[in-house]
Amino acid sequence: METETIQCALKPKEYGSDQEVKWCPGCGDYGVLSAVQKTLSELNIPKEDATFISGIGCSSRFPYYMGCYGFHTIHGRAAGIATGTKIANPNLSVWMASGDGDSLAIGGNHFIHAVRRNIDINLLLFNNEIYGLTKGQYSPTSEKGKVTKSSPHGTVEEPFNPGELALGANSQFFARVVDTDVKMMVEVFKQAEQHKGFAVVEILQNCVIFNDKTHGIITGKETKADHQLFLRHGEPMLFGAEKNKGIRLNGLRLEVVTLGENGITEADILVHDAENKDKTLQYMLTQLKHPDFPVALGVIRGATAVTYDDALHAQRDDEMANSKFASLDDLFLSGNTFKVE
Amino acid sequence: MKTTLDKVVIKFAGDSGDGMQLAGTLFTDTTANLGNQIATFPDYPSEIRAPQGTVAGVSGFQVHFGTAGVHSIGDAPDVLIAMNPAALKANLINLKSKCTIIVDGDSFSKKTIEKAGFETNPLEDGSLGDYQVIEAPVTSLTKTSIADLGLDNKSVIRCKNMFALGMVFWLFNEPLEQTIDFFNQKFGKKPLIAQANITVLKTGHNFAETIEAFTTSYVVPPAKKAPGTYRNITGNESTAWGLMAAAKKANRDLFLGTYPITPATDILHELTKHKWSGVKIFQAEDEIAGVCSAIGASFAGDLAVTTTSGPGMALKTEAIGLAIMAELPLVIVNVQRGGPSTGLPTKTEQSDLSQALFGRNGDSPAVVIAASSPASCFDWAFEACRIAVEHMTPVILLTESYIANGAEPWKVKLLDELKEICPNTCNNVEEWAPYKRNAETLARKWVTPGTPGYEHRIGGLEKEDETGNVSYMPLNHEKMIQLRDEKVAKVAVDIPLQRVKGKDANKLLVIGWGGQFGILFGAVNEMQQDGKNIAFTHFNYINPLPQNTKQVFEKFERIIVCELNNGQFANYLQAQFPEFKFERYNKMQGLPFQIKELKEQFNQLLED
Repeated sequence: METETIQCALKPKEYGSDQEVKWCPGCGDYGVLSAVQKTLSELNIPKEDATFISGIGCSSRFPYYMGCYGFHTIHGRAAGIATGTKIANPNLSVWMASGDGDSLAIGGNHFIHAVRRNIDINLLLFNNEIYGLTKGQYSPTSEKGKVTKSSPHGTVEEPFNPGELALGANSQFFARVVDTDVKMMVEVFKQAEQHKGFAVVEILQNCVIFNDKTHGIITGKETKADHQLFLRHGEPMLFGAEKNKGIRLNGLRLEVVTLGENGITEADILVHDAENKDKTLQYMLTQLKHPDFPVALGVIRGATAVTYDDALHAQRDDEMANSKFASLDDLFLSGNTFKVE
Repeated sequence: MKTTLDKVVIKFAGDSGDGMQLAGTLFTDTTANLGNQIATFPDYPSEIRAPQGTVAGVSGFQVHFGTAGVHSIGDAPDVLIAMNPAALKANLINLKSKCTIIVDGDSFSKKTIEKAGFETNPLEDGSLGDYQVIEAPVTSLTKTSIADLGLDNKSVIRCKNMFALGMVFWLFNEPLEQTIDFFNQKFGKKPLIAQANITVLKTGHNFAETIEAFTTSYVVPPAKKAPGTYRNITGNESTAWGLMAAAKKANRDLFLGTYPITPATDILHELTKHKWSGVKIFQAEDEIAGVCSAIGASFAGDLAVTTTSGPGMALKTEAIGLAIMAELPLVIVNVQRGGPSTGLPTKTEQSDLSQALFGRNGDSPAVVIAASSPASCFDWAFEACRIAVEHMTPVILLTESYIANGAEPWKVKLLDELKEICPNTCNNVEEWAPYKRNAETLARKWVTPGTPGYEHRIGGLEKEDETGNVSYMPLNHEKMIQLRDEKVAKVAVDIPLQRVKGKDANKLLVIGWGGQFGILFGAVNEMQQDGKNIAFTHFNYINPLPQNTKQVFEKFERIIVCELNNGQFANYLQAQFPEFKFERYNKMQGLPFQIKELKEQFNQLLED
């Protein structure tokens, strides 16, 4: 995406609040906060229209640190509350801040249904693969075997991959970013905001206290070039420090190839199609992981579809324009009534 | 010969596929239009089609109509229509002597009699000697009368209910026209079906006129009513309409976030028909998302409502606590059914009162009010919205299956006749703070996202007084708990005083609340007419109670609280007024009170 020169009415800092930010020093959430403020500024979103709704968890303190309207709700239910807010006022730019516990454990039901309905809300899904606020229990995204305070012998359950889950619920927009790269986050958050529909952005976020460097191999200075596959619609899937590695489709599976080896040229490399309505390839991309593959970042899927809020309001507008009743009085006096003189 | 009666109870009973609800509703519509007082109640199994011919599968519709004194659906039928042996069996436990029973004689075979649980044929063994039994060949005459229309057997059999209805119309000298119009309109595109129903209706009517089994027919003169336009309405419909009217008077859009649950779902069904009036409907993925979406919509400025029944209420508990903390207007309608757990989904009870009052973590007061009757649900739904919006608080409106599905004539209220509802908004940013309160009501201001200059954050963590910032300070927490409590208590200033029926009495005070109003009123009324020293006071405002509640109680030697639960309102009153002794009359059978049983109880107390 080309960077445009933007006239910003408010500077990023002006989207902040007067409240002291209380995340642990070194927490990945600071980067996200800064990226969101930059996004709003660059998109020129009026401060009063941006509304941040969260559940419970460290990341759910997010609304307090924004100077916009905000609602810090209850565990797992941000999607329900945000849905009501968006339906009530579709002109708002509604953002959810929620963690892997909040959205994928206690709020899992609301998550899949918000995705399925495709209501126009942006979900910042902070995935640190741990319960931070309750001080270190495993989450539904913790890797199998993970030793935590609540799994001293290692977990015995398979984790969710948020991308698989979202696409399985028919997500029209799924993106993934790392908390260490503000520029990447701003680029992706802007697309999420501009996307009409439920935009899920999984943020690979570091919990410096209870799960430090869980995404280290993906975000580490030395390793990130080989472990980040940043996807842009219409561009070839290349990665590596030299941008000489790429993703090729071999039969029904993806594989990593190197340009110049075994006669591989750029023509062999897949070109990313985020807008494709067919999710097959996008779904495969959500599954790429260490050690065999780099992790897919950027907008993995960004397809257009009718949004829930548009459809709901269109139906209502139509009913309002074509009603046989002009007022409630008409309704109350319609049908079987009888008069007593 | 025509005999004049002042009130009659009719019960239509049959298999759940026999169309008893329709027959009952059509009878009610005509009778209401003739100007009678009316109360109806459908009584059906929770299974869509329970096994045919069994007592479990019996569906009933009771209608009580009259010139005066119709305050309830009536204790027991004067006329029972039983479309099969099971319908007869199911209703035998509650029949008056001399009651008229119309049965479909064709439905009585060895097999169906056994299936219903009779050992011998009740039509032949003399066990119905107390009653006037009219055996009509309903099925065979239905078939014969429309044989030439060429309909399939299923469609023919489905007209049986109209035969019975035709007989009842004759018996009470009521016209067929309105029912005929109904079929012509409903089946405009299927004229054969309309014709079949109308023919069978007339056949039943003619049959009743021709046979000599009925020694008389009856006339029930119209009631004396306040002038106005009336319509028959169920409690769930009038709840929906009251909510819509409140939204107009508050000049806000109505938002309903809900999840289907018996017996509350008809409110959703009704509201979703009226998107034309601006209603926004969200059928959520569960009860929790239902209430949460309503809280989100309230945050954004809509008049937000969620509707449910006991089990759903349990799931919404945490979110209601959030609305209490966020101090947002929210209306929660609980159409009570029998509990606990899944309990008796289609039966009536008043057992969610303690849940409404106390069923949340922390000190979390909410306003609780309860509706009296089907038509009054309109007023109480409206009042719930008014209090929620003007006092910035969740309001729980308790109705119950008995009045939600029951129907009675409602004197139409036009919008001009209704109070204005004034949202507690803020137009001066200089005076604004998220938790700054109105001095009289202690309500905070309602300013919604999209309004420049008032950006603020709310949430479930304890708030600092005025600023609304998160605060864990000990004294602030205590102060905020007291403020939230006082805010709800101050609603008492804004509601009418408690009234008593029977100003001169001082011996026995009967207390009721919610949807059992009509029956309690009727029982006390009859006893007062007999000169008994008894009075009645009925509570609609439960939390807070009206300011004069104590003064009402003081006058009486004995007080008895009557409710369809194990004493929840009595416990609540006892805790608030330990100086009085509250005796209890509790019924927990999934059924409403009966006037007869109440009078027996009250008479005994008066004689003790």
